[in-house]
Amino acid sequence: MRTAIYRSFVLTAIMLVIVGAAYPLAGWAFAQATFTHQADGSLGSNGSSLIGQPWNSGTSINPQWFNGRPDADNPLSVNGVAGESSAANLGPRSAVLVTSVRALIKEWRAVGVSPTPDLVTTSGSGIDPDISPLDARVQVPMVSKARHIPAARLYQLIAQQTRGPQWGFLGSSYVNVLSLNEALSTLRP
Amino acid sequence: MSFALTVIALVVGLALCWRFLGAYLVAVYEGRVRFLRFLERPIYRLLGTNPDAEQSWQRYALSAVMFSGVTVAVTYIFLVTQGHLPFNPQHLGNVTPALAFNTAVSFLTNTNWQNYGGETTMSYFSQMMGLEFHQFLSAAVGLGVAVAVIRGFANRGKPTIGNFWVDTVRGTIYVLLPLSFVLGIIFVAQGAVDTLGGPVTIHNSLTGVTQVIALGPVAFMEAIKQLGTNGGGFFNANSAHPFENPTGLTNFLSMLSLLSIPVALTYVFGRMVGKMREGVAVLLAMTILFGAWVGLASYAEHQTNPAVAHAGVTYAGVGNTEGKETRFGDTSSALFGVSSTMTSTGSADSAYDSYTPMGGFALISGMMLGEVSPGGVGSGMYTILLFAIIAVFIGGLMIGRTPEYLGKKIQAREVKLAGIGVLVMPLAVLILTGLAVSLHAGTVGPLNGGPHGFTEILYAFTSQANNNGSAFGGLTGNTPFYNVTGAIAMLIGRFGVLIPALALAGSLAAKPVVPAGLGTFRTDNTMFVGLLLGVIVIVGGLTFFPALALGPLVEQLSHGRFW
Repeated sequence: MRTAIYRSFVLTAIMLVIVGAAYPLAGWAFAQATFTHQADGSLGSNGSSLIGQPWNSGTSINPQWFNGRPDADNPLSVNGVAGESSAANLGPRSAVLVTSVRALIKEWRAVGVSPTPDLVTTSGSGIDPDISPLDARVQVPMVSKARHIPAARLYQLIAQQTRGPQWGFLGSSYVNVLSLNEALSTLRP
Repeated sequence: MSFALTVIALVVGLALCWRFLGAYLVAVYEGRVRFLRFLERPIYRLLGTNPDAEQSWQRYALSAVMFSGVTVAVTYIFLVTQGHLPFNPQHLGNVTPALAFNTAVSFLTNTNWQNYGGETTMSYFSQMMGLEFHQFLSAAVGLGVAVAVIRGFANRGKPTIGNFWVDTVRGTIYVLLPLSFVLGIIFVAQGAVDTLGGPVTIHNSLTGVTQVIALGPVAFMEAIKQLGTNGGGFFNANSAHPFENPTGLTNFLSMLSLLSIPVALTYVFGRMVGKMREGVAVLLAMTILFGAWVGLASYAEHQTNPAVAHAGVTYAGVGNTEGKETRFGDTSSALFGVSSTMTSTGSADSAYDSYTPMGGFALISGMMLGEVSPGGVGSGMYTILLFAIIAVFIGGLMIGRTPEYLGKKIQAREVKLAGIGVLVMPLAVLILTGLAVSLHAGTVGPLNGGPHGFTEILYAFTSQANNNGSAFGGLTGNTPFYNVTGAIAMLIGRFGVLIPALALAGSLAAKPVVPAGLGTFRTDNTMFVGLLLGVIVIVGGLTFFPALALGPLVEQLSHGRFW
């Protein structure tokens, strides 16, 4: 009994050093030395992050841009402090979900878009930076009208910006909304 | 098409893990892997243990319980004092005692149930020294216990089952550490963050919107989170967060790594008992269950979300998108969900609460089968061996002779121990769920109403008593009631199975081997696989069917109504 207690304390101390401190710090040092850009959040020179930045942040639909998926009612940051990432967690037969989807459909119809399921549902993280190519295509008439850019050029742009599935089969095809809009901003009517 | 290729790649990857990681594990636990002996030897010297001296099952279990007690206390102290400790760039305050108790127990028991949002509650110090520490050790202890139980079945001619200290050290430094490090490198290369700096401000130059996003030492924690079937994420959104699980590749590697060790242990079993067919039989039973559940969940999630369809949006070929990330898609998310719930991992790349009724049914029932297909690191293996004892007992009753398993006579004591190990989880789930739905403190928890709210409660206790840790995220668990009852469920689910399994191993280790005769019930053929599956499904099914009928089943059947 007493040896078991003694050994428990000793092993705890040893393992706190090895797996509690040395492992994560060695990983951190390695990451910072070799993949600094990724390890720091893949921040671009203009201060944006293509990986972790959602396009929408509680703002309503802007027909000038391709819009992302709705915010899961959980602001990413409040008064300059990082907030919590979260899904909406509404069940498959939730009346709240029905109401919120109906409200979003109305918003989309007002700008002349017949929305896809992605555009009226929140994601698993609540900060999904991507939409599917289909979600982008249904917004083409809206953006085309607002910017006076021919629809064909926008479809072409979406095709250029479509990524994945990774290695041809891992995950789904997607378009990064921020990257798509950065490319869009360079197009002239 | 890409889903089929993903499944094929997963099967091929797991076949390689089974063969090569399995052989490596055997070598590690037989003491033949020695490349880190400069680290290993001083540890044994400090511990004062002789690596060749083995323990009886009582000593092994006592060591495991003592070590667990000390580590859980240390973690609790770290959490409640984190405000005064370093590596806290966000100046987060101390964790409240009830939440700290629940969290410390949760990570100790390999559950990783989280009644908090990681990025807004835990300092980097707590994440590393408190939680990641347990992610390694709970997996190493589970792995060691599984090997100790297998030693009881193997005919080694001695009544001891191994040395707890040696097994734990070897599992950590030879298996979990190197594999996690390699996996961590891939995660960070793909875009998972790993920094000790605090949150950063990101700026959208097109719209002028500025946001603050949390960062942290994530990538390498992510590796052990998956590999050790832990599942406790750095961020609240867990593996759905783009900084934890950035790409299709990391999503795939997450599934592969959380399934790898549980699958490889069936190889270890086959090798150590000297009959590979016995290991293959167990693996086959696991694979059949897993395959059936993947089929059900991915089919269900490829259907339209009922609420979204009712509101008026349907698109051919687009499945349930609520709570799912675009880069993963519906079927891959469902595959991840089943991999995570059936391995007691509990990480989530999508919101399980928003799965369709049958998709949610697949996740919760996958846990209710006792986490044996393939189950958690180590715990899956020792739990399915308890089911195997029950199966040979039933087989023995049918043919009317004392059952044997691997040449060891299965008598009253063994059947009783296996019975306790198999029944303790359902008892904890049903009693605590019954308590929660009868008390006000319990019924205020769910976010959703009606049967879905009931499922949120049932899911919470199923997940915790199975040491899974995934959640129907709508439940508000950070209350004294759920923190304490949840911790009780997790402790029962861990030690209520682990101790009977070790006792069984000790009892079997002391028995002589009876040579197989004509009347011996064979345990390496399809008949036995069928019997084992029958026992697992009937025990789980009969116990939980009434509860499931009130939750996901009634939800699925009541079309056209919304709550």
